Order: sequence, then structure tokens, then C-alpha cells
Amino acid sequence: MVNYEELRRPLAELAHNVESGKYSAEELVQASLKRFADTAEYHTALELNMHALEEARAVDKRLAAGERLPLAGVPFAAKDNYLTASTHTTAASNILAPFEAPYEGPAIQRLKAAGAVLVAKLNLDAFAHGGSTENSDFGPTKNPHDPSRVPGGSSGGSAAAVALGQVAFALGSDTGGSIRQPASMCGVVGFKPTYGLVPRTGVVAMASSTDVLGPLTNHVGDVGYIMDVIAGPDASDATSIERDEDSYSVPVGDLKGRRIGLIKEYLGEGLDGESKTKLLELVEQLKARGAHIEEVSVPATELALAAYYILVPAEISSNLARYDGVKYGHSSKAATNLEETYLKSRSEGFGAEAKRRIMIGTYVLSSGYYDAYYKRAQRVRTKLVEDFAKAFSKYDLLLGPTAPNPAWRIGEKGDDPVAFYLEDVMTVAVSLVGIPAIVVPMAQVGGLPIGVQLMAPQRHETSLLAAARAVETVIGDWTKR
Amino acid sequence: MSKIGVTEVQRIAKLARIGLTDDEAARMAVEIESIVTFVEQLQAVDIKDVAPTDQVTGLVDVWREDEVHQSLSREALLANAPVQKDGYIVVKRVLNG
Repeated sequence: MVNYEELRRPLAELAHNVESGKYSAEELVQASLKRFADTAEYHTALELNMHALEEARAVDKRLAAGERLPLAGVPFAAKDNYLTASTHTTAASNILAPFEAPYEGPAIQRLKAAGAVLVAKLNLDAFAHGGSTENSDFGPTKNPHDPSRVPGGSSGGSAAAVALGQVAFALGSDTGGSIRQPASMCGVVGFKPTYGLVPRTGVVAMASSTDVLGPLTNHVGDVGYIMDVIAGPDASDATSIERDEDSYSVPVGDLKGRRIGLIKEYLGEGLDGESKTKLLELVEQLKARGAHIEEVSVPATELALAAYYILVPAEISSNLARYDGVKYGHSSKAATNLEETYLKSRSEGFGAEAKRRIMIGTYVLSSGYYDAYYKRAQRVRTKLVEDFAKAFSKYDLLLGPTAPNPAWRIGEKGDDPVAFYLEDVMTVAVSLVGIPAIVVPMAQVGGLPIGVQLMAPQRHETSLLAAARAVETVIGDWTKR
Repeated sequence: MSKIGVTEVQRIAKLARIGLTDDEAARMAVEIESIVTFVEQLQAVDIKDVAPTDQVTGLVDVWREDEVHQSLSREALLANAPVQKDGYIVVKRVLNG
């Protein structure tokens, strides 16, 4: 019996072990399934793939037939807003509870073609609205480092599943921090690529102008290994962009002479004191390795959260208009005419946060308010793009914390929506500007993980990943820091 | 100070096609008010001569060849419809008779 700890190996090594016959894809998937069963109390999975072992045996057959597969037999799981054929796809919302996807998008297709095996669908805040999985209609996921706390979100199930060793990597989606913040709170690596680098087709839409797909992993090196498989355009997504010709599997970079800007606005009083101390300790170590690091002001970041909470709900209200109780998903039994089908299906099917965001979005787009809110926020977005461009004219990379604080207790924040939104303050700007960012586990604060966030200009994935590998090396074992 | 009362909330809910009871609308009024107050800070920003951004990677008018492709089967797409009959989706009556 293969121990689940094998799943924490670098992916290249894991796939090599399967290809060379050290163990089979089937044995690895068994180890993954057993780990899911043994740690079920963390509630990471909304559904296990009942065909996973069968699919693993098919991979073993492909290998026996001589195929070379970069992700041979690697067990992975996807956030439940990814459409997958052999399970339900709920986006953790009651309105999609009965939904079975008729197709899979490029990210899932490409991973399967490379030999990876989908083992489970993972919990999230319903429709990816939130930063804790507390908005899941099926109950929150628990933080692997303290089950009384949230795992972050919205890709909380993905981050927790990797941290628990249930899978070798997981897929998440990031609209305003939903890969990066849970990675920080669960002590794993989380990567948000440049907008469009991974086609969005086959993932439940939230805010189409900032939605991106990306991996959560144990090692920075795994990110490039996965990006080599999933990056690149697809005709089904007109916003998808060309990938780099070079591999994203880059060697550890040299920090010597790298110009890195530490975003001043993220170090203010909103940042927990101990988190700040740990970050500044790391900065000193990076300097000792020859990196030129200094504070830089990116003024519009202070406006990013307000702009985000206009633009994103606006896009949500449009994207979620499709849930009408007619074509698929929950349909109210109480409706007597078509109008009531809409009103009641949506009222019964959407949770409180989805309703709030649809309402806000409808409000800011409605006649008389459009210019004052939506149009104005789009202009503030331009200022943000300009401020980041200015910072990147002086620095190769930007650096900062990921979240104001480590994971909070489940239920602790009460029900003031703005208290939750403030948790996104250090991640939303990156999303509005469309640049890549990676979170690497950095230290622990009171026994809870925190991650450092590194950002680069659009399409500068390779230099970002090379630097992140160097930072990971400097950090060493984050649990001892 | 409240600008968004229950009547306004019900107006938005109607536009958004979400049925709300008056209790829900009252709670929602407080929450929306707090969110709108938060985003109000943008009103003070000088945006004169700043163009709006809706696409960040600079792609415009992505074209493709007008070719016939295999699309999903009718059966697969209808399989999720709550009510279907003879290959069509069934909806409730549009007008009250």
C-alpha cells in the first residue's frame, strides 16, 4: 500500500515513479482516496470521483502501451466550479446541486491527457463568493492546521486538500485572491497566472474580466510543471492568450541584483503585527542574498477594494442571470408561471452572499447609477493599471503579504459583509490589473501559516517562478520560522 | 442617512429576478447600505481624462474562421433541464390567464 506522504513529492518525481513502475497509477489513486476517507472530517471534498480507480487503470494501460505522460497517475482534485464529466458540478451552491456537466474545459482535458487522475471535487464559497468557504451551501471546510478555523477561500477546499496530502495538487480559481489567500492560510503554494493564460472555458463564471484558473501545490517547482500542461489559448475562450514558447519549469533563479518593490500600502495598520514582523525578517534575508528591496508606493491599491466591489458584483449579476430554473439547476416547485419560476428558483437556490452580490451588481449597473458607480470604477481600474506599470518600470517584481491576518475562527466574523470584503484588500489589485502572482508559505503565526505574495508584470511567469523558487529556498521549512 | 430602503431593495430585486420577503429585503437594505457606503470612497477620486478599462491584456476583436464544428449533442444539453418533453424544454405559462 502506497503511503499518502508520497503525494507530497515533487510532481516530476511522482510521475517518474509511476512511469518507471515503482508504483502504479492505481496504487497512487488508492492512496489518495484512502487519505480522503481518513481525513473526511475536514470536509474538503463535495464529491469523490467514483470512476477514479477505473481512470487510473486506464492510465496504467496507456503507460504499458508506451505512452509518455508528464503527469502519469498523479492524483489531483478540482474546485467544484470546474465542470467535470464523472461527478456533479455544484459550485457549492444549491441552485446547481443537481447539475451534471455535459462537457469539460481545456484545463481538465489537458491534465487528463497528460495522465493526471481526477479524484475529487472540492469545496468553495458558493460561486467562489467569499474568502473562507463559510459561504458554501454545503458547510465550511476546516483548516488543516486548526480545525476550528477557516481554510481561507474561495478555493479553501483546494488549499486544504493539498495541505492534508489528499492529492498531489489541486486546481483553484482566482477572481480577487481565491487561490492566493487560502494558499496562505493553509501553508501551500498558490499561483494566479496572467489573465487569460489558462482558458476559462468549463469553469462556472464569476467575474469574467478577472476570473483566472491556476494550481495549488506543495512546491513552487510544481507550478511550472502544471503550467506547461494547462497554459495556452483555446478557441472556446476568446480572451485566452498565447503561452510562452519556453517551458514554465524554470530552475531556481538568482536573487542577486533583482529589483524588488515592497508595496508600502500593504504594510499599514491593517496588517497583523506578527505577520508584518515575519515578512520583514524574510525581506532582510532576501537582501542578504543580493536582492535590491525597497518600499514602493502604489497609491491606487488603496482604491482597489472599492473598485473591485463594484466591478465584480456587476459582472456577477450578469453571469448569474443564467440561473433561471428553466435550462438547468434548481427549479422551484412552487412557481405557477414563468416569472415566478425565475423569482422563486433564484430565491430558493442562491445563498445569502450570492444574492447580495447580484443585488449590488444590479444596483450599480441600473439606470441612473451606472456612471456614478460602474463607469467610475472602470476608470479607477485604469489608474490601478497605470500605477502598477509605473512600479514595474522600476522593479522586476513586487512583494507583499497575502492577507491581513492568519486564518480566523469559523463563524468569528459574524455577518457584516464588509468585514469579509476587507480580508481581500491585499489580493484584489493583482486581479484587476491581470498580472501573475504567487503565494509561497513563509512562516507561522501562532501555529497558523502565512504566505508571502510575489507579483510580476503580465506574461512574466517564468521570471516570477524562478524568483519564487529562490525565495522558497531561502525560506526553507516555513513551519520552523 | 440610509439611502437604500426596503422599496429600493425590492425594485432592485425585481430587476435581478430574485424574490425577497419584506424581512429579507429589510436585512438586505442594511447590508447593501453598508457596502455602498464603503464603495462611496471612489466618488472623491479624480478621474478626469482617465479612460475606463474593461480588458487588461489588450486583446481586441479576436476573430476565428467561420467553420462548422462538432457541437454538444441535444440529448446531453437537455439532460439537465428540470422539465423536458419531445426534445424541448418545458416552461410554465408566461401570462396569467
